[in-house]
Amino acid sequence: MGSDNLERTPLYACHVELGARLVDFAGWEMPVQYTGVIEEHRAVRTAAGLFDVSHMGEVRVRGAGAEAFLQRLTPNDVAKLVPGRAHYSGLLTEEGTYVDDLLVYRLAADDFLVVVNASNAPRDFAWIAERAGGEVEVTDECDRWALIALQGPKALEILEPLAPGASALRYYGFRQGTVDGRPALISRTGYTGEDGFELYVDPEHAVALWRRLVDAGAAPAGLGARDTLRLEAAMALYGHEIDEKTTPWEAGLDWVVKLDKGDFSGRAALVAQKEAGAPRRLVGFEVEGRGIARQGHTVLAGGTAVGVVTSGTWSPTFEKALGLAYVPPALAAPGTALTLDVRGKALAARVVPTPFYRRAK
Amino acid sequence: MYPSEYLYSREHEWVHVQDDVCTLGITEFAQQELGEVVFVELPEVGQVFDTGDEVGTIESVKAVAEIFTPVAGEVVELNDAVVDDPELINEDPHGEGWLIKLRFSSAADLKDLMNAEQYEEFVKSGEA
Repeated sequence: MGSDNLERTPLYACHVELGARLVDFAGWEMPVQYTGVIEEHRAVRTAAGLFDVSHMGEVRVRGAGAEAFLQRLTPNDVAKLVPGRAHYSGLLTEEGTYVDDLLVYRLAADDFLVVVNASNAPRDFAWIAERAGGEVEVTDECDRWALIALQGPKALEILEPLAPGASALRYYGFRQGTVDGRPALISRTGYTGEDGFELYVDPEHAVALWRRLVDAGAAPAGLGARDTLRLEAAMALYGHEIDEKTTPWEAGLDWVVKLDKGDFSGRAALVAQKEAGAPRRLVGFEVEGRGIARQGHTVLAGGTAVGVVTSGTWSPTFEKALGLAYVPPALAAPGTALTLDVRGKALAARVVPTPFYRRAK
Repeated sequence: MYPSEYLYSREHEWVHVQDDVCTLGITEFAQQELGEVVFVELPEVGQVFDTGDEVGTIESVKAVAEIFTPVAGEVVELNDAVVDDPELINEDPHGEGWLIKLRFSSAADLKDLMNAEQYEEFVKSGEA
């Protein structure tokens, strides 16, 4: 186990103290689990879980030209984003494929925080900085923020006493305030399919806040549970459902693309693909046979490979194997029977609507 | 931790030899590495395997592990309980979590295996 040269978040000591199993994730030494993936997953679905996601990358984009710049750079409509709101978007190539997916927070009229995947952060920063000109200032703020995600049906109950007014935030709303007296950007967002918050704080306050939230009843949860939770919610993960070969149409992320807002990187290619029709669609599947299909396994039709599994797991909520796969449009309708090639063995599966999991409102 | 009457492979299987039949399972170290087991696939009774053949798979939420037999032989019994209740492998890997019984064809295979003390050293050495 070579742990040399891995980056560590400000919460590393907490993870060690909790006996977490640490793994190399995108160059970071991160907790994959503390007590067990299934237990942590269920804690998030039934109560509240706490994730260290400080490895995520932050890029600050400021200046009089910031809005116009982000409008050109990303497919969602930044003009409609008011201060205090965030939205899900992406960085697209001119071919309309994903460099990364990301969140854009509008801090003020001319001030944005862009949050990207750890695995792509250096490349994203270069991509953004290279394209900025004029009255736009782009700053790498990866080291300025620790990020703690508090997720689950009890998240609000845990956070409200420490951050009065948190309940007033709507989904994808945020405010700059304090949590337990420490400055924080409090965002009602997450990657689990549950209600919850993402708390951006100064790295020097991260440990105290983490401990406070654990004491208040949030169960530490690792990247293993984060992955099973996001997959049940059918949320895309870069390197799985989306990458430089996939477009938002193929990934079912049509709602992120605002073709009527004006030109942006990838727009022409996306218009063309919309007219021609996407050659493949991302679908959810449930395994009907015995086994688990995982990323890279092929989808077979008449003995030939026609698609690929992008993510697959055993679902702690449904207690069965499920996953996401790219298939030709003809095989994309819910109810369609699929055959998956799992290490040389045929495994029966069926297309089902996504998300697999939707929380009760 | 590791029963002294068992023998151990570098792939983290254990075997318990009784006459010409050996019981095969995965070790405590292996189950810890794998995490919560959710699915087990075993061979069929009567199947014959060579040394080092894959005889089944064990899947946790995050990973899949192949089970290799360190001894050649014919499958004479399966542990149906672990198929129905895979967490037995986590709870009791050296006991109720056993996987298959093989009638082995040659005792020579056993010479390549480690005893409990050697296996413990192997795990601690970090080479595992």
